[in-house]
Amino acid sequence: MNAVDLASSYDLIVIGGGPAGLAAASLAARAGVSTVLFDENPGVGGQIYRGITSTPVTNRLILGEDYWAGEALANEAEASGAVVVNGATVWSLDPERVVGVSIAGKARLIEARRVIIATGSQERPFPIPGWTLPGVMTAGAAQTVLKAQGLLPDGRTVMAGTGPLMWLLAAQILRAGGKIEAILDTTPRRNFLRASPHLPDFVLSPYFAKGLALLREVKAKVPVRRVSSVAAVGDGKLREVVSDRGRMPADLLLLHQGVVPNVNLALAAGTAHAWNERQLCFQPVLDDHFESSVPGIAVAGDGAGIAGGTAAAERGRIAAIAAVRALKPAAAVPDPQSVRQRLRREEMGRAFLDWLHRPADSFRQPEGDTLACRCEEVTARQVRETADMGCEGPNQMKAFLRCGMGPCQGRLCGLTITELIAAQRKTTPAEVGYYRLRPPVKPITLAELASLPISEAERKAVER
Amino acid sequence: MFKRLAEAGAAVALTVDGKPVRAVSGDTVAAALLAAGIDHCRTTPVTGAPRAPYCLMGICFDCLVTIDGVGSRQACLVPVSEGMKVETQQGKREAGR
Amino acid sequence: MRTADVVIIGGGLHGCSTALHLALRGLRPILVEKDYAGRHASGVNAGGVRQLARHIAEIPLSIASMALWENIEDLVGDDCGFSSHGTVLVAESEQELAGFRARVDDLRLKGFAHEELIDHAELKRLVPAVSDDCPGGVVSRRDGAADPFRTTQAFRRRAIERGAAVIEGVSVTGLARNGSVWRVETSDGPIEAPKVVNAAGAWADRIAAQLGEPVPLEVIAPMLMVSSRVPPFIDPVVILRGRKLSFKQLANGTVVIGGGHLAVSYRDENRTVLDWTKLATSARTVWELFPAMREATIVRAWAGIEARMPDEIPVVGPSRTSEGVFHQFGFSAHGFQLGPATGAVMAELVATGATNLPIDGLGIERFKA
Repeated sequence: MNAVDLASSYDLIVIGGGPAGLAAASLAARAGVSTVLFDENPGVGGQIYRGITSTPVTNRLILGEDYWAGEALANEAEASGAVVVNGATVWSLDPERVVGVSIAGKARLIEARRVIIATGSQERPFPIPGWTLPGVMTAGAAQTVLKAQGLLPDGRTVMAGTGPLMWLLAAQILRAGGKIEAILDTTPRRNFLRASPHLPDFVLSPYFAKGLALLREVKAKVPVRRVSSVAAVGDGKLREVVSDRGRMPADLLLLHQGVVPNVNLALAAGTAHAWNERQLCFQPVLDDHFESSVPGIAVAGDGAGIAGGTAAAERGRIAAIAAVRALKPAAAVPDPQSVRQRLRREEMGRAFLDWLHRPADSFRQPEGDTLACRCEEVTARQVRETADMGCEGPNQMKAFLRCGMGPCQGRLCGLTITELIAAQRKTTPAEVGYYRLRPPVKPITLAELASLPISEAERKAVER
Repeated sequence: MFKRLAEAGAAVALTVDGKPVRAVSGDTVAAALLAAGIDHCRTTPVTGAPRAPYCLMGICFDCLVTIDGVGSRQACLVPVSEGMKVETQQGKREAGR
Repeated sequence: MRTADVVIIGGGLHGCSTALHLALRGLRPILVEKDYAGRHASGVNAGGVRQLARHIAEIPLSIASMALWENIEDLVGDDCGFSSHGTVLVAESEQELAGFRARVDDLRLKGFAHEELIDHAELKRLVPAVSDDCPGGVVSRRDGAADPFRTTQAFRRRAIERGAAVIEGVSVTGLARNGSVWRVETSDGPIEAPKVVNAAGAWADRIAAQLGEPVPLEVIAPMLMVSSRVPPFIDPVVILRGRKLSFKQLANGTVVIGGGHLAVSYRDENRTVLDWTKLATSARTVWELFPAMREATIVRAWAGIEARMPDEIPVVGPSRTSEGVFHQFGFSAHGFQLGPATGAVMAELVATGATNLPIDGLGIERFKA
């Protein structure tokens, strides 16, 4: 679908085609609500079900049954009557629920009576020395090309970090016939103490058995070392990975230390956010129906706070039920109680996982010449020194150092800058706050912006 | 850095900085660059440091390339198409081309 | 109870500049700012340091300010990112150029020579990237641009170094005469001082109203957008008259596009909502004027909250109703360049009761009902 083919307004706009977005759009469309789903990737599925309708990895054992669960969601959306637009970049959402979207180089402003933001999560910044070198990528990136294009790491591959996704990717690489030289586990040892009160819940959750099996599968084939420092070294390209346990030559270093909500769009829309100390990130302030502080705008899925893909779909359904009830009170919707019950089950093991994989301060608050802001190449030292000079917040820091002002718009430095300021000024991230984010939340070309249909008023002015 | 596990799609011919590169339908430009073994896709405007795709999910903007004359496109979000001309970006190269 | 020689309400560039100049005169001012210095228009404006195309009543202030800008490091200990490449007002038609000629001739008769008419050839020499259809324009060669947040911070810092106190995150809740002094109520307790300067920007009408001299202040939020870094292709700041546009490339390669299209502003919430249909209009204007920019990407857009008066010139001078109170607000989207000299004028007014620089026509009495 092209930009010109879109209606000027819909009852519901869903932004993001991962599990939350797909489930929300399906439910709403089936209830007879006019629904459009915008997703910027070439196909639906989000990150967790990336390439679900097109993956060349046909051996189902490689990506595993949890991945293939996404097929049902994609099929459901396809059959639901929702308009699903891929390759659609949403660059603006305002409190009046006007959505700025670009498709194939043409922009439109589309209105909605309700909006569900389902932009999911991103990997937490992992600012170590050398993390910008070619040859260093996120684990999620390697998983993305494995799922969507069937690309398998080749050459000497090292993984470093903490969290379930790292282990899942390692298993997937091994099952596909790939090789991993070593896994550098950055999980702080004392995390287990903090996590252990939540162990009983975790044992009862669906993740317990799966997690153990995964660890066993990977540890049988890959040497795993606990480390407390990691650096990528090379000149123009990764040559070796250096940790407190030694150096090893490497062609590819895959980093991962958990995921955090993708907050840019929700923040730019003016929704209130709060610091989550357990997950070490900002997340939107939401009610029971995932409604944000801005009327008519909900945030579902991992964007609402990290809970995983299955929980994301249930959250999408709850948000969609609320939207349908507001838009079309007479329409039939599934019983929200049963959805909530499934959601609770999915969320059960989360506290244990969060505490166990909480990254160490040293991996979140870099020192010295390590880049905090990749785009504008601002070092941790610059940020710390500027904070010492009296700079109290990320927005002032932006003005002083240009951190967060490059094309990624703070996505890969926002949390780092907030935490560095908090550390330096002996206060909390909640006090320091986050970047004030403004649209466009994704850069758009001047040509795209100029392509916005001319408004009625402007046309009259020209004719006169 | 990467090899293809399976080739499900049809071959797609691109050029990268004028040199022919063979991709597969279903590739994004970034995936095609990785599969072709290209070691970096741009140099930064600030210090000229080389960068390669980092997140492959549209958030890091390290895979910016020029595609068919349009600068600073996210290679990880654009599917390849036959005859596509991809250019790596050097420093500030973007406008005034 | 805190006491001071002067309480300044508002920590924009103007308030900070007045604080510095008062301190330089040996007075002890306290500046009270409800957010942080430079949080609003002063910190996020387009940064144009422009004498060009100003209202006649402002020109003396603007010229005095230019002299301070050219030696800004001597004044505040920081170059404020100031650079001087001129401002060019581009004529888009012969008819428009004729109008500009009349203005420049009129200024000459009044003794002002900073605006200079230029033909097509000189325009293309100054701005090679501009569209060939433009017949000429006006240049003010000493004009330039600076970094607004850095400038405001530099004034704030130097004011403190010279003895001013700056209290941030504290709002003024009221003010009243208490014998021979003013008692300024704040969210952090009262402050007493014989003199008060109202430099509260978009909130200044509330102070004026408390003094019994309401003003028709309009809260506005001019929108700006900025591109990613592009190779250097334009030196001067370019502005248009017919269509709303201001355009400049910073030293780091980014291009700032403004011109006065307004966002919706909510001053009580420190919030603005951008209007993309109007930003698209700006984009189309740039598209037509600078073909080189067509594939540049827009990285951010924003708007800073400020005050506009109906006649689009500021209120500078003593209160009409309240002795010891002075106004310095309503700069109507072009106050950044005026900051350095207006602070000096205000300090002179506060300290001596008079000023050498003419500020005729800027007084609050013009809004008397």
